[in-house]
Amino acid sequence: MSQDHLLRRHAPITDSAWELLDTEARQRLIASLGARKLIDFAGPHGWQHSSTSLGRTDEVANTPLPAITARTRRVLPLTEVRASFQVSYTELADNDRGAADVDLDDLDAAATRIAETENIAVFHGWPDAGITGITQASPHPEIPRVTDFNDYPRRVATAVATLKKSGIDGPYGLALGPTDFTAVVETTEYGGYPLFDHLRKILLGPIVWSPGVRGAVVLSLRGGDFLFDSGEDLSVGYHFHDETAVHLYIEESFSFRVATPEAAVALAAE
Amino acid sequence: MGFDQYHEPPEELSAQTRTFARMCANLTEEAEAIGWYEQRMSVEEDETSKAIMSDSLGEEFKHFSMDLEFLLRSKPLWRETARGILFQDGDIVANGESSESSATASGTATEPASSIYSGPTGSGPSGSASSEPADSSLGIGSLKGQEL
Repeated sequence: MSQDHLLRRHAPITDSAWELLDTEARQRLIASLGARKLIDFAGPHGWQHSSTSLGRTDEVANTPLPAITARTRRVLPLTEVRASFQVSYTELADNDRGAADVDLDDLDAAATRIAETENIAVFHGWPDAGITGITQASPHPEIPRVTDFNDYPRRVATAVATLKKSGIDGPYGLALGPTDFTAVVETTEYGGYPLFDHLRKILLGPIVWSPGVRGAVVLSLRGGDFLFDSGEDLSVGYHFHDETAVHLYIEESFSFRVATPEAAVALAAE
Repeated sequence: MGFDQYHEPPEELSAQTRTFARMCANLTEEAEAIGWYEQRMSVEEDETSKAIMSDSLGEEFKHFSMDLEFLLRSKPLWRETARGILFQDGDIVANGESSESSATASGTATEPASSIYSGPTGSGPSGSASSEPADSSLGIGSLKGQEL
């Protein structure tokens, strides 16, 4: 592997330990990357990919000479996101000895943190990064919260009906924040039918655990509505090391934009 | 041994294309062997014989995988498409459609300038300096259609 800005070769880490770290990070991330399970993903286009073309322009008011017109291209910049963590030499050495219970808690926390950040950016937006989220863009009113989760299928069915009325085809997916997810999984409807299975029949699409999501979101999976543009996909890089630990990070660069605001409906968290 | 792995007159093909065709033929033969061993083992009653065939089957798995890796290294678009399908959870057909779209849309999967024998050097499938090494990421990419 050639050298790149991740500087992995500079880390005092064996191939075996890199494999351990990459595998652990991948597993943790895939479990938490709820948004990616529901939206379109383009790329990765590489670390040097800096912006997403929006296909639109702005007129330049003043030109150096008369009888000249000019327009500037409008782009959405990619945001570099990084979550740092450290792993102790002791744990890495134990891994090389064959230990099966290596302490990677800090890596796990970083993976969850950056996945949650991605979910929040996609579903609720990130103004400082220029990202408008799905729930921010949606023109549909939020569907009110219910205390009795036996009523949850009616909320989801209302959301699906709203999408269909807007001409948005399915299948539909459901992004559940942790609180709603737990309630849905634990709930058995009157008569003993699992709520989870009932919801899948309404949606005809996946139900996804999405840390960072407030309440829940029903959205179309038909494609072309929610666009994630990846520069560098999630990677583990090296920062520095000291006497006791190696300091690493998980990093990615991306932009996100909503092409069809009416293709999603939020279910209120409160 | 004939030369029927070539579909066009061999003398009109480049050495690179002939090698590619040979490896495609290799891949096919390894896949056939895997199928044959599976059939033989399913009807063989002698445990020792079955164990030997099982050991041989392992060799075919290795050969098939090496052949496949060689071919994927020589065809970046194939490699990019495979990246979204192989070792992925979820619906295989959905992963295939999504991966094909991403690989085609990314535009980074161009032919390598060097010999097909040279594997990815970490500078990505395109070998382009302007592209981040695909192999240094965790290779997660699209997860669309996966549940939970």
